[in-house]
Amino acid sequence: MIHSTKKLALTGGYAAALALKQIEPDVMPVYPITPQTPIIETYAKFCADGEAETEMIEVESEHSAMSAAVGASAAGARTVTATSSQGLALMNEILYIASGMRLPILMLVSARALSAPLNIHGDHSDVMGARDAGWIQIFCENSQEVYDKTIIGMKLAEKVKLPVMVIMDGFNTSHSVENLEVLDDKTVKKFVGEYRPEKHLLDIENPVTYGALALQNVYFEFKIDQEEAMGKAADEYEKITGEYEKISGRKYGLFEKYKTKEAEKILVIAGSAAGTAKDAVDELRKKGEKVGLLKIELFRPFPYKEISAALKNAKEIIVMDRSLSSGSKPAIYSEVLCSMYNVSSIKTSSIVYGLGGRDVFKKQIEQILEGKFNGNYLT
Amino acid sequence: MKYHKDILEIIFHARGGQGAKTAAEILAQAAVLEGKFVQAFPSFGPERSGAPTKTYLRISDKAIRTKEPVIDPDAVIVLDETLLDSVKVTDGLDKNEALIVNTKKSAADISHKLNFKGKIYPVDANGISLEIIGQPRPNTVILGKIVKITEMVKLESVLAEFRKIFEAKIGKENCEKNVAAIEKAYDTV
Repeated sequence: MIHSTKKLALTGGYAAALALKQIEPDVMPVYPITPQTPIIETYAKFCADGEAETEMIEVESEHSAMSAAVGASAAGARTVTATSSQGLALMNEILYIASGMRLPILMLVSARALSAPLNIHGDHSDVMGARDAGWIQIFCENSQEVYDKTIIGMKLAEKVKLPVMVIMDGFNTSHSVENLEVLDDKTVKKFVGEYRPEKHLLDIENPVTYGALALQNVYFEFKIDQEEAMGKAADEYEKITGEYEKISGRKYGLFEKYKTKEAEKILVIAGSAAGTAKDAVDELRKKGEKVGLLKIELFRPFPYKEISAALKNAKEIIVMDRSLSSGSKPAIYSEVLCSMYNVSSIKTSSIVYGLGGRDVFKKQIEQILEGKFNGNYLT
Repeated sequence: MKYHKDILEIIFHARGGQGAKTAAEILAQAAVLEGKFVQAFPSFGPERSGAPTKTYLRISDKAIRTKEPVIDPDAVIVLDETLLDSVKVTDGLDKNEALIVNTKKSAADISHKLNFKGKIYPVDANGISLEIIGQPRPNTVILGKIVKITEMVKLESVLAEFRKIFEAKIGKENCEKNVAAIEKAYDTV
């Protein structure tokens, strides 16, 4: 049954804060950084106004924010945080500890370029730098997706006991006011459910150890278990998005196929530029060009088999990445190539766009799809 | 001026701290009240007070997917007339589209200065706000003029939204002074 929804226009940052309020986290350790600021700023206001009872902990760095999140989550608290760019990079060490301890921390990331040179704008370099840290990563196209996937992400984290990153594009989504529909508090509360950790540090009747020393004899097994949990997370994500569709009417999946049926050329892209790309696809379809779009939603775990099935009938695949992987191929392109290794007849190409907040225009995407753009960098 | 394409697109030119983002958001929320689809986003350079800023606003009867900056605006709003010297505010405007400027100058003066043959609507938003509110609040006052010229939303929707956002913040008396100033800018020829 679809529950009553409210139509609003909010920035991605506000939409995230609103979803968090409805989730009712116990603890939120925070350290401010642009362009994530609207999330924690809005949330702090909810707390100050008595609308949220979360314990916000203001720490002295992102390294400390993630450390406090690990402590709170291990103690059994529903724990969330948010960051961007250098902040995510500074957390890096602790990201692996959160995932290795199997802690269901939810983190909103307003994705931004990394220094140097200094840049505060939208880009996927920060989240791609954390792609092997054992976190589930979910990309969002707009404010609506940020709201929905924050709720979905929390439930997923607690279900599979892995930390989840919900990713929006810095400024393009975090600071853009867009229409969205939100669910009522009760519906969200019921959907996410009360968090009852199976084990936690404050359960003195059943003492457990987190982050124990594990040397040559068991470390490997821990990592294999963690990898298995990550592998299963995709199924669980699909199950939860299915349940969410029932209450919201909005459908999400491992990825979104937009006019890919009988498409000869398919563009693969993640994040806010997918919206612009859909308009470009429509424009070219009007001219009779058989083009389509595959929008990445779940990036970790990466759905290789499903992506391969979705792309295998195309004659050409063009992947647009908003980050570089220095000395290697860009992140999404690498994964798509990896998915398609046994379908060698398809022409593939890689284009990097939008670094440091560089605008991408519909016309440019049309030119790419029409084969009128040569090169690897859409500057 | 009325809609002439699927999406009405506006660019605000202002300086950091002048409240162009707030103005765009009030219009966006007013459009939402009327059941329309909106998008409002700033184009920040380095975030600093006084630097030139651009804010984009889109309003449509159908969902808006694009995230590209507005390059072909239907109207351009200039909140700070000193920007006319340094920013090409008429980029993308043709002769049937509108340039709304917060200034004491006449349309003919601005047309001459910019060598722009399109429609120019000057409004002394600073003057109106100083006179009625007692403080320079051109960003909200100019809303009246924007609505009058573009007909993007109804004046009542803007006033309702303004009251919703500001009544609790600045008090009923101040809020109503702002409303009166917006109405005056709407009525100014």
